[in-house]
Amino acid sequence: MTGTRRRLSPGWLALIVTVLAYAALQTLMSTKVINPYWQQVAGLAGIMAVSALGLNLVYGYTGQFSLGHAAFYGIGAYASALVTRSLGPSIWTLLLGIAAGAVIAGLVAFLIGLPILRLRSDYLAIATLGFGIIMKVLFDNSDAVIPMMGGSAGMTGIARLTNFAWVFVFALGATVVLRNLVFSSVGRALVSVREDELAAEAVGINTTKYKTLGFTLGCMYAGVAGALYAHLYAYLNPFNFDFLKSIDVLLVVVLGGLGSISGTLVAAVAWTFLLEGLRVALPASIQDWRMVIYPLVMVVFMIFRPGGLFSGTEFGFLKPRSARRRT
Amino acid sequence: MTQQSNGVLLSVKDLVVSYGAIRALHGISFEVGEGEVVTLIGANGAGKSTTLNAVSGLVRPSGGEIRFLGRRIDGKPGHAIVRLGLTQVPEGRRPFLGMTVRENLQLGAFNRPKSEISETMDRVFKSFPRLKERLGQTAGTLSGGELQMLAMARGLMARPRLMMLDEPSMGLSPILVQEIFSIISEINRQGTSILLVEQNAYMALRVAHRVYVLETGEVVLSGTAAELRESPRVKSAYLGE
Repeated sequence: MTGTRRRLSPGWLALIVTVLAYAALQTLMSTKVINPYWQQVAGLAGIMAVSALGLNLVYGYTGQFSLGHAAFYGIGAYASALVTRSLGPSIWTLLLGIAAGAVIAGLVAFLIGLPILRLRSDYLAIATLGFGIIMKVLFDNSDAVIPMMGGSAGMTGIARLTNFAWVFVFALGATVVLRNLVFSSVGRALVSVREDELAAEAVGINTTKYKTLGFTLGCMYAGVAGALYAHLYAYLNPFNFDFLKSIDVLLVVVLGGLGSISGTLVAAVAWTFLLEGLRVALPASIQDWRMVIYPLVMVVFMIFRPGGLFSGTEFGFLKPRSARRRT
Repeated sequence: MTQQSNGVLLSVKDLVVSYGAIRALHGISFEVGEGEVVTLIGANGAGKSTTLNAVSGLVRPSGGEIRFLGRRIDGKPGHAIVRLGLTQVPEGRRPFLGMTVRENLQLGAFNRPKSEISETMDRVFKSFPRLKERLGQTAGTLSGGELQMLAMARGLMARPRLMMLDEPSMGLSPILVQEIFSIISEINRQGTSILLVEQNAYMALRVAHRVYVLETGEVVLSGTAAELRESPRVKSAYLGE
């Protein structure tokens, strides 16, 4: 059990450190000490963080096992790309695109959530998996309806409007919003649904409402992440939104620890850099071993740390003063 | 003793519940009056828990009507029924094991104004002083008796007019059972009516004002606790005398 209670204002301290860290990274990037390749990797890590925070809300906090996260990520990506391509590239259309990505992903999540969130655990997993496959097929054939989306050949002509700074700001915002949500009474209600749905209903919590809320918000996070991705990578291929991509996000959430924001952030960054790092660190002759090393990390992790890096705990600065929560 | 039940809190008429093709309740009727402790006793599978789950909205009845404070509540979802002042302490306690005692209690008061939570908590601690010492502990670290207390305290946090308890004695040592039942009487004296489902007929008959005996989905006997204690049928089947 964590015993010490912090008296300083750790939140402010953390904010200062964050700003300094950002300034340092930005300086290194603009002076090209960190080259554009690694800048892009850093951006992808931040995007993964936003997406995984969303899945952590859905699975880690609300307990709804979803294998369709990449579909919502894809919806956000395509929706935002359509907005910036049709309205012309600018900061404003980008913001509009991100908003559209979040809203449309959220709307779709709400609509499919109503029927499928009645299902429990593995049944829900299969239903969300099915939804993910349907979306992949839709993306593959999207050019039949909207030629601009490119179908299975992929969508091109997207302006590179996002950079590390944008991703950083959104990841920070996503963290703050989620943190304030999970430590509120709404957050307690979400966790109660995960802990015991029947007991939650028995204490007067509208479990359907909170499951839908958690799922919708979590998928909106995926939508935002997808929108950022579309304008960082500047090319969308349905292949990047299939269920393996959902598993990637799930891995980050599980490796970081279910119900831990700190864990998700650390794991998102570590995972992205591990995958890319191996590409550089391994000599060309054993590149193929990358695909062996990273599953091994998963196996070893689950054996020695099944609760993930943080097992439901948080960095001190993320905790509210009153509640020391353990999950 | 406040035996005369001038106001009826809960009235159940011809309640039928089926699980698929199997009929668990064949149309049972009973009432709980203001200030009463009413007990349903019966063997395993008699339909006791099904009755409570139907009243609290966790199971949808297929026939009959349930009224709480005169209003129809059958078919309403569980959370809406809690809001009306009817709380269930479910079978097996079902605390939120990963949460602290404090968080469990806060969730119990989920539909109540935040301003009254600490006052309600102080009131609840009068019946359950042990929980006060355990406030910061995770529910998973509590003993069986403490978990039962937590479940009851969580139920009381909603300030119910009527609290339904499903097998509070289950799995507890005799001394703890006595303690739990004396707390139940205490809670009742402070103004909360109680509907209790028990296999431990001996204890149930001691705290109850009125009793209904359930057998295979039907009420076969009912009366005041004093009457039923003398009934030969109850004596032989439930008290082992």
